[in-house]
Parts: sequence; C-alpha cells; structure tokens
Amino acid sequence: MTEEKDKTWELRLYVAGKTTKSATALQNLKKYCEEHLQGQYRIEVIDLLVNPQLAEGDQILAIPTLVRKVPEPIRKIIGDLSNEEKVLVGLNIRPL
Amino acid sequence: MNKVNNLYRLPKTPTGIAGLDQITEGGIPKGRPTLVCGEAGSGKTLLSIEFIVRGAVEYNEPGVFMAFEEKAEELEMNVASLGFDLKGLQEEKKIRIDHVHIEMSEIEETGEYDLDGLFIRLGHAIDSIGAKRVVLDTIENLFSGLTNQSILRAELRRLFHWLKDKGVTAIITGERGEGHLTRQGLEEYVSDCVILLDHRIINQISTRRLRIVKYRGSVHGTNEYPFLIDEDGISVLPVTSLTLEKPVLSDRVSSGIPALDNMLDKKGFFKGSSVLVSGTAGTGKTSIAAYFASATCRRGEKCIYFAFEESPQQIVRNMRSINVDLQQHIDKGLLKFYAARPTMHGLEMHLVSLYKQIKRFKPAAVVLDPITNLVTIGSVSEVKSMLIRLIDFLQEEHITVMFTALTLNSIVTEQTDEGVSSLVDAWLLVRDIEYNGERNRGMYIMKSRGMKHSNQVREFVITDKGLDLVDVFLGPDGVLIGSAREAELLKEHTNEVIKSNAESSKDREISRKRKVLEAKIASLQTEFESVEEELNKVYVEEKLKQDILDKNRKDLTELRRGHADSGEKEGNL
Repeated sequence: MTEEKDKTWELRLYVAGKTTKSATALQNLKKYCEEHLQGQYRIEVIDLLVNPQLAEGDQILAIPTLVRKVPEPIRKIIGDLSNEEKVLVGLNIRPL
Repeated sequence: MNKVNNLYRLPKTPTGIAGLDQITEGGIPKGRPTLVCGEAGSGKTLLSIEFIVRGAVEYNEPGVFMAFEEKAEELEMNVASLGFDLKGLQEEKKIRIDHVHIEMSEIEETGEYDLDGLFIRLGHAIDSIGAKRVVLDTIENLFSGLTNQSILRAELRRLFHWLKDKGVTAIITGERGEGHLTRQGLEEYVSDCVILLDHRIINQISTRRLRIVKYRGSVHGTNEYPFLIDEDGISVLPVTSLTLEKPVLSDRVSSGIPALDNMLDKKGFFKGSSVLVSGTAGTGKTSIAAYFASATCRRGEKCIYFAFEESPQQIVRNMRSINVDLQQHIDKGLLKFYAARPTMHGLEMHLVSLYKQIKRFKPAAVVLDPITNLVTIGSVSEVKSMLIRLIDFLQEEHITVMFTALTLNSIVTEQTDEGVSSLVDAWLLVRDIEYNGERNRGMYIMKSRGMKHSNQVREFVITDKGLDLVDVFLGPDGVLIGSAREAELLKEHTNEVIKSNAESSKDREISRKRKVLEAKIASLQTEFESVEEELNKVYVEEKLKQDILDKNRKDLTELRRGHADSGEKEGNL
C-alpha cells in the first residue's frame, strides 16, 4: 500500500471538442480519482481538435479514450467511463 | 451527343495500375470510396499501396495509407522489392503512412464512445500533405479490437460519408467472408465500386484474378481478369478484346524459307497475321520457327521466342546444326528468349507474362514453341480462349505470331489439339510420310487466308545447310519422296544417259551410211564419166574417120583429074 501511495498516476484523457461524452468521461474520471487516488494522480486532457498530431502517438481511435501512462504498462479505456467497476479494473486501481 | 456523354460521365481517378484503368475505363470513382476485397494473400494491400504510390509519383496526387495490419516499416520492406521507395516518398511529403494499432489486451470499453480519434488522425494526415488519395487497409481489424459492433457500424458509415465529404478517392480493403464479399459486410457501406481479388488454385497452379463486382454509374469489364504480381507491381490484363475491328495490314513478311514464301504467293505471310505450324514429333517445327525468328532479326526487327519446351541455350545449340545462328541476334538485342515451363504458372498468368514481355520488348514477331504444352495446365477450351486473346492482342499490335503445335496422332492431323486452327490465318502442316522403310517430311499449306497459295505437297528437307522445300517427284508410280525420290531421279538420269548414248550411236550409223552412199555416188559418177568419155571417143573417132574418108575421097577425085590445078578448072566448071 505504501508503495502505491508513493506513485503518481499519470492519466491522459483524449477528447475531441466539448462533447457530452467527453464531459461525462472527464466528470466520471475526476470522481473516481478523488475517491480512490486522492492526491496521487494527475489528469491531462488532450483535445485532439486542437492537437490532432497527438492522436498517432498513443494510437487513439476512439473518443473519449483514457490512457494510463504511469504506472506501466499502458492501459486504455475507451468510452464515457460510466461503469465505475470496469474503469477501476481497467486502470488496475484497487478501491481504497 | 458528346456533351450529353460528358454530362453523365463519372469523374474517375486513374489508379496507375497496368490494365486496371482499362477495365474500369479510366480508374476508380473520384472522390468516393472503393472497396477492394479478397482472401488473405490475394494482393489487396499491394494493390492499394500501388494506388497510393502511383498516385504520388505519376499523377502528383499525395496519398495517405492507413495501415491497420502492418507497421509502416514492415510495409516499406514488403514493397521495396517492387521498387517503391516509401521512405523517400514520405520524406518528400508525397505519401503518409499511419499505422493504426489496436491492442485488445490494452483496451477496456466502458460506456459510449465514437471513433472521432480515427477521424481526426485521418483528417490530420490528409491535411498535412494535401492528400487526394486514401487507403484504409484493412479497416475490418477494428472489429477485432473493439467489441461494440453497433457503434462500430454506425461509425464506419459515418467514416465513409466523411471520406466522401473530404473529396478523397479512397480504397478500403476487406477480407473476404463466408457468403459475403467481406467479413463485416463492408459492401453495405461502400456501394460505388467493389473490386474482388481472388487467388485460385487449379491443378496445383495458382492464378490471381480480379473482378469488378460493381461499379455504380459506369460501364466496366465484367469478366474475371488475371493479374500478375511481379517486380513492377500489379498488372491486370483486359485480355478479351470485345470487337473484331482491328486495322489490318497487307504488308508481307518472309517466313525465312524462300521456297515456302514461294508457296505463299511468292511473298510470305501477312504482317500481323497468325501462323500455326503443326506436325508430329520431330518434324522440324522448332526449326521452322527458328528460321522465322532468324529471318525477322535479319530484317533488323525484333522478335521474342517463347520457349515452353527447350531452354534457350538448347535451341541456340540445336539450330546451329542447321546453319541458323541465333546467338548473333541475341547479342544484337534483336532476339529475346523467354523460357518457362508451362507448369510454372497458370494459363492466365502465362498470358499475362506474355503480354508484359511483348509490351516491354515491342517485337515485330513472336514465336510460341510449342502451344501444345500449355494443355498440361489447362483444358482445351481454356487454352483456346487464351490463344484467342493472345491472337487478338497481337493483331492489334501488328505483331506476326508463329505457333507450333504438336499433333499426337498423324491420323487426326486435321485437328490440332488446341483447336486453334480455325483462329489462325495460315496453317502449315508438317507431316511424316512413312514409305519404303523410311520417314520423310512433307509440308502442306492447309490454309492461308487472303492469298493464293500452293496446294502441292512439298518435301521438307532439313540438312546441315538449312531448311528447304523440294518439289516431290511425281513419277508414274505416284508421289515419291525421300530416297525413293532420289532413286527415281537417279533412274531417270541413267535412262537419259543410256538414251543419249543410243542416240549418238544411231547418228554415227547414219553418217557412216551417208559416207558409204556418198562414196557410191562418187564412184557412179566416175563410172558415168568414163562411159561418157567412151561414148565421146567413139563419136570423135567416127567423125575423124568421116573427115578422113571425105578427105581421101576428095584427094582421089583430084588425083583422077590428073593435076594439081584441076582444082581451078573444076572451080571454073
């Protein structure tokens, strides 16, 4: 547990404009992080409409996509993150 | 009329792929997506990458290649063998390769999503180089990476609309599925043009084929067209010419054998015509073909010799024995050998490679030796249809072609195995004539369209000086050939000698007789002369006697008068 607390979770959320799905995703993500990773996370939101060239690097197809950069390995979750359990399993976060 | 046509003509984008633009009459629909489907290994990726590369290089239309299967580096390596420099083209910003990788194990799906990411990537790639062409290879891989089918389908539909709105000409590839053209039924979304690639194996020989399943708003060839993948990329060949409206030439070309030209109205074959030389084994078909090839090269024209039986070196060596030096023509670059075992490809592939060779070399004459072997890889009707197409093509290009064919059974020589005799313009038949314990070759001209030709059988002689045709000997016992002909000639010669001998002895007899008679005449003449002289002598003697008598009488009378002057007196009396 102490080990994990030292870690900072780097999460990247790819969106394309301010769509409902993106907003929902970001909202959900923030909620889960506050609940489970308080103080140990950093969320970076990338709008592909602004920076389209970034899509290639993380192999983004679907919008919204959440990418867990750290801790490794990279995990991706696509969709509006409405299913909390799936997101937590996907990000490999054990509930606190 | 033209205006109307232009009005309705669908704008097309040439693919640059040899032959494909011909059967699609100009290319694939401009600004619309085209579906290319086929089984694994049927050449979908290659066709699409060639579309992009040719577009960038030949038509100055940059292109984006979105690869869902292979990485950019893998693609580069795969097509480097075809001479496509993807790296260089990418650096020149003429093409852009984007590898879309979906790793199922990395991805979790939760809730609603769309494929805007893909759209943005593609849009960015298109805009960054001003692409006019797009390939999505193979977009169906999305289905294995993402599970929400209904979203995927809706998004694909949106994607194709979006591509149309972008105005890019796109090729979408799809793997062939059971009962469908593609596994995921992509043909539902892409309805303008669908091209199906096929890879069939018949008798252990594979042939690639291409068919345009549908092309909305345009006429197109509907047949299956064979295509070839080789060092130049894909070549599709629209092998059936639909019309028989070819311009024809009435120029003549020599067969290389003067005596044969003489049989053909003294001029030889028509230029651009097709000639079939058929005969049983060992009748010299290849020799005739080599003569023809050599004659073509001697005129300074190019010739391709397709050898399906012997290797080029073998042919060159063998022909040297009949005084035909093919090597010199090869060295000059006028003669080209192309040897291939018939079993190397399927029939259609052979045709395609023949086309390619001919297109590249641009010969004036072509030899196929022999076509019989092609039957080993196709049925008679297939071979026939292949040859029809070949003849059509060659006639259009005004290339004279000589086929050789083996007839297996001399009883049915009237029919070649390939049934091509009705297609060709001239048909020479070399036939074994077995007679008197030896085999000889007789040559007939079975047909020669559009010219007077000899109906006589000639004996076809192969010597170390070359080929020749000899008139057969028409003796009292019928047609004689070979040594029988020689024997008959000898016999005739002997007879002549004897006859002339007999004649000269008769002449001598006559002249002797004449001499005898002349001698006789001379002696009679002398006899006559002596008789005449005798007679004359008598006559003269008698005259002399008379004269003397007269004189004597006178003298006596004088004497009786008594004196010499009595004469005066007498005179006075």
